[in-house]
Amino acid sequence: MSWPDLAPLWLSVQLAGVTTALLLIIGTPLAWWLATTRARIRPFIEAITALPLVLPPTVLGFYFLILFSPNSTLGGLWRDAIGATLTFSFTGLVLASALYSLPFMVQPLQSAFEAVGRGPMEAAATLRAGKLDAFINVAMPMARRGFLTGTVLSFAHTIGEFGVVLMVGGNIPGQTRVISIAIYEQVEVLDYAQAHALSAVLLTFSFTVLLLVYTLNRRAPVRVG
Amino acid sequence: MDRRQFLFASSASAAAWSVRAATGSALVAVAANFAKTAEGLLPMFEASTGYQITLSSGSTGQLYGQITNGAPYDAFLAGDQARPALLAQAGLSLNRLTYARGLLVLMQAEGGASEASLQGDFNHLAIANPALAPYGLAAKQALEKLGLWQALEGRIVMGQNVGQAYALVASGNAELGLVARSYAPAGHWPVPEAYYAPILQDAVLLRENPAAAAFLEYLNTEAAQATIRAAGYGAL
Repeated sequence: MSWPDLAPLWLSVQLAGVTTALLLIIGTPLAWWLATTRARIRPFIEAITALPLVLPPTVLGFYFLILFSPNSTLGGLWRDAIGATLTFSFTGLVLASALYSLPFMVQPLQSAFEAVGRGPMEAAATLRAGKLDAFINVAMPMARRGFLTGTVLSFAHTIGEFGVVLMVGGNIPGQTRVISIAIYEQVEVLDYAQAHALSAVLLTFSFTVLLLVYTLNRRAPVRVG
Repeated sequence: MDRRQFLFASSASAAAWSVRAATGSALVAVAANFAKTAEGLLPMFEASTGYQITLSSGSTGQLYGQITNGAPYDAFLAGDQARPALLAQAGLSLNRLTYARGLLVLMQAEGGASEASLQGDFNHLAIANPALAPYGLAAKQALEKLGLWQALEGRIVMGQNVGQAYALVASGNAELGLVARSYAPAGHWPVPEAYYAPILQDAVLLRENPAAAAFLEYLNTEAAQATIRAAGYGAL
């Protein structure tokens, strides 16, 4: 049996890595706001954040197809500015994946921030720590399990992404031909040997990542107080 | 799944198709390019025979994979001749006939496509995946014939079947697409038939089912063939 082409796996890892980094940047302030705000609009934002959990990937993929099209406002602006379409591009997949995996980052972070509570932040304030200072040195270390969970779940969820990519990716090698698409195609053309090989690689990879995280999580208990 | 569950599942699916056979209904898998046309044929067929047909569409490759793995279809209207031949070889089909000859066209989102459009300024040309879909294979052959397959690398985007390739163009994401004539709007460019191997589409009967057998027979009647030609297929 020949060795499987590992380029789709590498592309999936890159996509998941970039998406997770982007989600850390967007998700952290959003989760903090959701955990601390008393604004009336909060349930609406929470519901919107959780939507990708409920909507089938076909619905998301269909809306992305419309939204990314040069005929739409966003797609048109993007094409005029960058000169390429969002569909069929790595950038487009990052944007789509970030929305698709948003709840997997925001929900664990929000729970972790809620568990921190007001006490430690108020204590930090009485010691004249600025708000950002207190957030970085008090809230973030206390919520580190939330960060770990959110990061792993977002990464894993994006690695496993299929439906959205199938609809807006266009199956371009090195750009949008991620591992789930490659496996799907191999199954369809009855190349079960290659499908088995790639699936086994993905299974081993996913299990190892999860095992590593759970092991690390045990070794680094959160000290509170 | 243990042995008992397996036996239960297989006898349940066997029961499902014997029920269908007895009640004059059939489940028919149809290649994406022919799905709309097949739907258009049903009212006349059902009214004249009293049989009932339920259609499932997908790419020919996908449906073939499902059938070899025990999918409960009574008949399969493929987009090519290769998969039905493989099914016959494997002893999975009872009867085989050619029901349509597909035609490939170049379409443009804004209409008015011509051969020159392929040389023009565009970002993406959508085709069906040549590994999965007969129209994708024809598109690849035509582009090779035109000497453009290499030159367009990186600008070719693939749908899983010809329907998805059409959707990529219709939604404006790709400017051009090589699709089935049955899909294309007016103003397309018919790709010369010498540029690709004929897309002859075969249908196979997969199980003893009177409704499915009658439907396959109906496909070759003059009335059905006229409807099929009107939908954008070539004469057989």
